[in-house]
Amino acid sequence: MKQIVIISGKGGTGKTSLSAALATMGEPLTVADCDVDAANLHLLLQPSDQSRQSFSTGAKAVIDQQLCTQCGACMDACRFDAIRYQDDRYTISETSCDGCRLCMRICPPDAISMVERNGSYWASGTFRNGWMVHARLAPGEENSGKLVNVVREQSRLLSEERGMETILIDGPPGTGCPAISAMSGVDLALLITEPSHSGFHDLKRVKQLTDGFGIPSVVVINKYDLNEQVSNEIGAWCRSEHLPLIGRIPFEPAVVEAMLQCRTVVEWAPRSVAAREIAAIHRQIFKS
Amino acid sequence: MKIAIASGKGGTGKTFVSTNLFWVASLRGIDCVLADCDAEEPNVAEFITGEEEQVEEVSQQVPVINPEKCTFCGKCYDYCSYNAILYLPERRMIQVLPDLCHDCGACSYACQAGAITEHPKLLGKVKHAAYGSGQQLVEGRAEVGVYSPVPVITRAIREAGNRELVLLDSPPGISCPFIATVDRADYVVLVSEPTPFGLHDLKLSVATVRQLGKPFGVVVNRAGLGDDAIYRWIEQEGIPLLLEIPFDREIARIYAGGGLPSAVDDSYREMFSRLLTQIIQQRAS
Repeated sequence: MKQIVIISGKGGTGKTSLSAALATMGEPLTVADCDVDAANLHLLLQPSDQSRQSFSTGAKAVIDQQLCTQCGACMDACRFDAIRYQDDRYTISETSCDGCRLCMRICPPDAISMVERNGSYWASGTFRNGWMVHARLAPGEENSGKLVNVVREQSRLLSEERGMETILIDGPPGTGCPAISAMSGVDLALLITEPSHSGFHDLKRVKQLTDGFGIPSVVVINKYDLNEQVSNEIGAWCRSEHLPLIGRIPFEPAVVEAMLQCRTVVEWAPRSVAAREIAAIHRQIFKS
Repeated sequence: MKIAIASGKGGTGKTFVSTNLFWVASLRGIDCVLADCDAEEPNVAEFITGEEEQVEEVSQQVPVINPEKCTFCGKCYDYCSYNAILYLPERRMIQVLPDLCHDCGACSYACQAGAITEHPKLLGKVKHAAYGSGQQLVEGRAEVGVYSPVPVITRAIREAGNRELVLLDSPPGISCPFIATVDRADYVVLVSEPTPFGLHDLKLSVATVRQLGKPFGVVVNRAGLGDDAIYRWIEQEGIPLLLEIPFDREIARIYAGGGLPSAVDDSYREMFSRLLTQIIQQRAS
């Protein structure tokens, strides 16, 4: 089984549009939307979900005011500044609580309990060229890296079960926990960037990450003609880093039009320059 | 007053709006600081740099277990909610996995044998730079591969202090890094774009910001590039539309090259100046 992740560091460089386009070309495969904070791939691939399961993002501590003796031990112990004393009572901020349970363990009158947060879910089903696993993190919940791991694991199981030989992963932005979870153990990382100082800067950081994990990487510049000078700088950097630059996708109205129709550009405008460039990228990454 | 510039989707123009707002605020002589809270991918410095004043390291405490003193009772392992302790009592093996540790202190509390000591681990840096006539830039920058940028973000916001205007360039998403930034703001500017992706993610960020109980408004970037579904939704929800920034290829080219449109084009300067006034008024109402 071959696993390919599309990742960028910077958001908005075209990870999802490219993932969707590649997913609809060639042999059937499994796609995994690992941007669980802002999952958009389902908008273009419109999967029919066959199963959906809720996911616990962990637990948050809550104080029972009836039992609380106001000793303040919890506030002293909490390292997340989640416990406040206000209006003659101790309360725990849901957004600051990290779910470590220390306050619950030390509370002398046992006034603190943990409440599970189950608002998030993951789902799997079919789309027009294979299988898809995606997820939705409930607003404000934590542990998106853990949910990414679940999406990865489910796509692997599904692929084994259904005989899919490729998993294509639409990654999250950033270089932290969700990005690490999305790329661990993959066979190839496709780094997609745009010709801006910020895109270039973030490409370098994400390259540090793939290097750290020893993942072979290739680069695609999206909207390369928005600033050809920066595109050339990125190209020169790729050469010096021995990173294959396998595609340069132009900024074309057809790409936005396709998105408005909730289609991929290769389906909506197969003759556009962008679609043909993506077809060439597909050939490069799927050549054995 | 703290204003967070945020979005669920990445690449909608958070840094574009933050840097231009900071620029016009500086022109007006407002006592202002721009804090780059997108610590996984800080980009403000690609557009505005000041005179670097100081750099502080942000670290967390990571426990180390001394096997000589350890009694292999397993209490620290039971107390850890993050699976950060590898415990194999039959082989008399115990070890902390630093990447999984959240620095909660539960294991230190649990240990009765005095076998756990805590040592700092570098998470990132917070940089200060002076700018213009007393304005300031603060940047939170997490080390690549650090699991959570939240401690770096929290420190950057604390260092930004309480000035007349504190602009927080927020990380994308709707989870911990986003919450850590937006939860400390008095007002939130959500930047989106008129595409199905933009609208879908805007709905998620609106749900999150409402849950936090923060007042907010929307800036539509790259107006004219997509369709009008986002405007219909904003109107239906009664959300203030603070500004539309038209898509302009030339402006995109300037910004991509590290230039600030407000600095080179009068119409952009006026646009962001209007936005600043709008935000201040919205905040007041």
